[in-house]
Amino acid sequence: MKFEFTLAWRFLREGRFQSALIIIGVAVGVAVVIYISALILGLQANTINRTLGAQAHIVIKPLDETVRNVLPPGTTLATIQPKAQRLRSVDNWQVLMPALAADPDVVAVSPMASGAAIAIRGEANRAIVLFGVELDRYDRIVELSTKLTRGSFRLNAGEVMIGTELAKDLGVDVGDRLRVLTTTANDQFQISGIVDLGSRDLNRRALYLPMRTAQNLLGIPGGATNIDIRVRDIFSADGVAKRLQSVGLVNAESWMQTNGQLLNALQAQGVSTTIIRVFVSIVVMLGIASVLVVSVVQKRKEIGILRAIGASRGQMTRVFLLQGALVGFVGSTLGGMLAALLVAAFSALVTNSAGQPLFQIEIEPSLLISSCLIATVCGTLAAVAPALRASKLDPAQAIRV
Amino acid sequence: MSELLRLTQIRKSYGIGTPIETEVLHGIDLVMQQQEFAALIGPSGSGKSTLLNIIGLLEPATQGAISMQGKAINYTDEKTLTQQRAANLGFVFQFHHLLPAFSAIENVMMPRLINGMSVTGAARTEAEALLDAVGLKKAMNKKTSELSGGMQQRVAIARALSLKPALVLADEPTGNLDTQTSDEIFKLLRRFNTEFNTAFLIVTHDPRLAARCDRIVELVDGNIATDRVNPAH
Ligand SMILES: Nc1ncnc2c1ncn2[C@@H]1O[C@H](COP(=O)(O)OP(=O)(O)OP(=O)(O)O)[C@@H](O)[C@H]1O
Ligand SMILES: [Mg+2]
Repeated sequence: MKFEFTLAWRFLREGRFQSALIIIGVAVGVAVVIYISALILGLQANTINRTLGAQAHIVIKPLDETVRNVLPPGTTLATIQPKAQRLRSVDNWQVLMPALAADPDVVAVSPMASGAAIAIRGEANRAIVLFGVELDRYDRIVELSTKLTRGSFRLNAGEVMIGTELAKDLGVDVGDRLRVLTTTANDQFQISGIVDLGSRDLNRRALYLPMRTAQNLLGIPGGATNIDIRVRDIFSADGVAKRLQSVGLVNAESWMQTNGQLLNALQAQGVSTTIIRVFVSIVVMLGIASVLVVSVVQKRKEIGILRAIGASRGQMTRVFLLQGALVGFVGSTLGGMLAALLVAAFSALVTNSAGQPLFQIEIEPSLLISSCLIATVCGTLAAVAPALRASKLDPAQAIRV
Repeated sequence: MSELLRLTQIRKSYGIGTPIETEVLHGIDLVMQQQEFAALIGPSGSGKSTLLNIIGLLEPATQGAISMQGKAINYTDEKTLTQQRAANLGFVFQFHHLLPAFSAIENVMMPRLINGMSVTGAARTEAEALLDAVGLKKAMNKKTSELSGGMQQRVAIARALSLKPALVLADEPTGNLDTQTSDEIFKLLRRFNTEFNTAFLIVTHDPRLAARCDRIVELVDGNIATDRVNPAH
């Protein structure tokens, strides 16, 4: 292969201008693909983050209570109404937890006692949702600590953290007290921290408190209304939920089920990126092919000489295939660097009012490597037709001036 | 002396199946021995280059048989054709036909590179010696496009001899060179003929040069008109 490499490299170097143009073409194409892929990935991560906010990937809930038909068969006296679901605990949740955590796709598991309540501060009162959590465990589910805007991230006995909007509505801040009222109990708490959960609705209603306190307030001592789960790959949540559901007596719901529309939008974006990739690849391949076809015509004489002094058809074919591969490889390597520049420029230029990037975009190494590989393969494929032409060239014809 | 090459009833037609179909060679019989130094002369269009290309296995004859060193050549077997070209044949063309992107020494080592042989150490020393023999030691790292016509032709000769082939085919190697340079080139061919025991078949229009060969084959209208041993030798 030394001959083929030497010749391919020299031929490319010899056609300096053409080679430079097509390599730049490949670089720009690859840079666009990498940049757009990274942008879309960043955008998606950002959208998911915002939409899911404090929502777990998978939520385990108690099985629905069903109503049995007690009338003898055949009688249709009454219609059966689904029973109103009252606050219930997941059966045996303490036993279930380690079993769920053992699943290879599950990275964190956290129990929660959750229910409706009213928050009162002086004259003001608001309908809220209590999230009774074990803070350390829960933080691993939704990274709540990163969402803290004021105060400190802790839940000692008698302390709560609340959403930004709720704080505004009640006119309270860190250190202030508020009263929480449920159907069965009421108690007074001090605000230790204020969190921004990314969604206005959640910010208006969320109140985090120690799980034990929540159990008491909600009248389900020792109970957990749901178990939150974080999975390794966010897009595998649906599959994992189905699997968990099939093995245990649980009701597992993934974020994908509850956010169907978001998922559709993300998938549409994915399809768009694929279309862009395919079209850029086609354009790049046509470019490489046309340059190499011209090169074969220009190098007619050289190909003839090489064949006359002993080069085989296969060797000539490989010389041109390698040129395609080299153009693809060198072009995509430059394209990767160009994409990195674009991403850096994007992060520096597209900022919010505070001068921080609107959202994070990163180029994953795997994206770079796969782009390089695909470009090299595409370059080789693009070179097939020119290479076959070169191999079919009649040396006697090429040599007769 | 043993037989190097045998052509039996070689015919060649161009434009087969078209209205302009013409037979260029009309049944050539030719035998060459190892180490022979022969001239191929004849008027323009008589078929000299065509014959050389057929012997050089660059194009197939329409009819007839070729054998090299006693082995029949099968034109449909592309692989052995390539191997034969690489191992037994050297070419020197009228218009030098070097690779302009490569230096003189790289051109000389190209046949080695093609055959996957080493191009460093002893091989490089040998190539340098060849270029030295043709008087180009100083210019060996220059791109061939920077060399004069006579120098390029010397590089082409060095390249043709780099694998010490049994037969070198030279198509008007001095065709566009001045008399003095032509003489020098011819001396080189003769020198390699005796030094490496390489046979030469040299197409030339120059009767002076033909007269310096051991054997003179004359082609007229696609037939061998005369084939004689040079009485001067
Ligand atoms: N590829 C081709 N197609 C058709 N005719 C050809 C082809 N190659 C050569 N010929 C014809 O074959 C005849 C012999 O050509 P050739 O080149 O062998 O002659 P030559 O003896 O080498 O002439 P010169 O001394 O001018 O080089 C010419 O009439 C030429 O026109
Ligand atoms: Mg000729």
